[in-house]
Amino acid sequence: MGGCLSANLVHIAGVSKAYRRGAEVVPVLENINLDIAAGDFIALMGPSGSGKSTLLNLIAGIDKPSGGALEVAGTDITALPEAELAAWRARHVGFIFQFYNLMPVLTALENVELPLLLTTLPAAERRERAAAALAMVGLSDRLSHYPSELSGGQQQRVAIARAVISDPTILVADEPTGDLDRRSAEEVLGLMERLNAELGKTIVMVTHDPHAARRARRIVHLEKGELLPEDGASAAGQAG
Amino acid sequence: MHYLRLILRNALRHKLRTALTVFGLVVAILSFGLLQTVVDAWYSGANNAAPNRLVTRNAISLTFAMPLAYRERIRAVDGVQAVAAANWFGGIYIDKRNFFPQFAVDAGPYFGMYREYRVNEDDFRAFLRDRKGAVVGRKLADTYGFRVGDTVPLQGTIFPGTWQFNVRAIYEGADPSTDTSQFFFHWEYLNETVKQRFPRRADSVGVFVVEIDNPDRAAEVSQAIDATFRNSLAETLTETERSFQIGFVKQTEAIVIAIRIVSYVVIFIILAVMANTMAMTARERMSEYATLKALGFGPAFVGTLILGESLAIAFAGCALGIALTFPVGDWFAAKMGTLFPVFAVSAGTVMLQMACAAAVGIIAALFPMRRAARVNIVEGLRAVG
Repeated sequence: MGGCLSANLVHIAGVSKAYRRGAEVVPVLENINLDIAAGDFIALMGPSGSGKSTLLNLIAGIDKPSGGALEVAGTDITALPEAELAAWRARHVGFIFQFYNLMPVLTALENVELPLLLTTLPAAERRERAAAALAMVGLSDRLSHYPSELSGGQQQRVAIARAVISDPTILVADEPTGDLDRRSAEEVLGLMERLNAELGKTIVMVTHDPHAARRARRIVHLEKGELLPEDGASAAGQAG
Repeated sequence: MHYLRLILRNALRHKLRTALTVFGLVVAILSFGLLQTVVDAWYSGANNAAPNRLVTRNAISLTFAMPLAYRERIRAVDGVQAVAAANWFGGIYIDKRNFFPQFAVDAGPYFGMYREYRVNEDDFRAFLRDRKGAVVGRKLADTYGFRVGDTVPLQGTIFPGTWQFNVRAIYEGADPSTDTSQFFFHWEYLNETVKQRFPRRADSVGVFVVEIDNPDRAAEVSQAIDATFRNSLAETLTETERSFQIGFVKQTEAIVIAIRIVSYVVIFIILAVMANTMAMTARERMSEYATLKALGFGPAFVGTLILGESLAIAFAGCALGIALTFPVGDWFAAKMGTLFPVFAVSAGTVMLQMACAAAVGIIAALFPMRRAARVNIVEGLRAVG
């Protein structure tokens, strides 16, 4: 894993998040402080209910914190209204979901092309870029296949191609290998490593799997909504 | 293009469900079209009435006759161009179920006024020469197989006895909305026979059809005719042919209203079915809508996907329903025989069918659109389709 880290891309200060369940307020995250440098590959780990997915959602701008400051790529995303936040996500965030979340009625090529519909690129260039992205994930021969015609690993690679097609500032991955067998998981993790090392993509990945976490540059542990202190050791060391 | 593809492929995702919904729409749009056409058929007499024709009847009621002598006095009224006596005959052809309208008319002036009845000149001359002659409409002739030269026996009800008529001519309609289900014969033949069999009922006329020179003077001429017979034994009521026909329809207005209501109830039912389909569809795809929103697509994009799908299904049902309305309407008209003299699907009915389908498509999508557009991304991503 090479590449250098530069200035903070994500700055989280005193962030908290609580959900309301009827009259009850359930705290999920409390006083989270975290900085993620541009070009970093960070794994968020923790037991179920620890708040790691919630933290990922906040960073991705699909959820809003109850308190604190959250800046991503120099933008205070907590202050953005819904429409601007959607435009911000389209420009800055690439999503990789556990269950791929591909549109079942679109082919692999069309799925990858989807985020580009939000740009002004002409159709021919959109298709060209989508084909190139699929080639990058090793699926040049699956352009016209529907998700149901692809294996889980292949679907996740299509999802990764979709996530990077618009050259986002940050990639967020929620259990990207959680639904895959070991071999497919290795392929996906290898791909993410390449994206980070070769293209300098900043990646924040939520995972339960210590093996997957070891592929990250840095591992952050959450427990009961609080960040555990990082010991500064290498990711491999911490996860192992 | 991408957008349209998404909409159409989504619409075909559950082929059976979509097919059943489209089938329901076809049935609803078809039923609506047929019921509206029945209503139109009810009003066809009024809609086809000419503005320069008046009808004079006994002021008490249609069942009371007027003296034949009125004919010349009406002809003398300023603005009147022609007058023709006419009587409803009400005969039975073989069986009571074989209903069709029969009129005894002053043939010359009557057919002169009803130029929309197109008769071959030679045949018409043969009809004028034969006192037992009859002119029948094309639809009536086709229904019962009447041909020129045939003898048609009618069992009189208002004028008892068996009456024999010789078909001398078959009239065609000037356009598809012309009533060609009628049977006309000579008023003189009726009067002569009545004179022999029921002398006290002779020289009595059911209605006078009056042609005027200027439709704008219809009210004035009507008043002048009625004023002529004021304080007589048989006072008259003169009105435009359209008003006269509407008067008939009004007697059965409750049925027409019921048919109209049923036609809209059918649309309401399919609206409920369609709304249910779209609600199920949206619920199943909530995680996809959340994904689209996460990727940066706005609520309008997600909402339009649902609206587009709903409209696509409604359009398919509408197109098939309208396409079927014409042949099914023809079949229905043939089965109904002469009960509906004019049974033609109008452009207005087709427009209404399209409007109803569009309304169903839009209204059915409203609630799912709102729900999908407002879906919380985090909750939506957790949703299981």
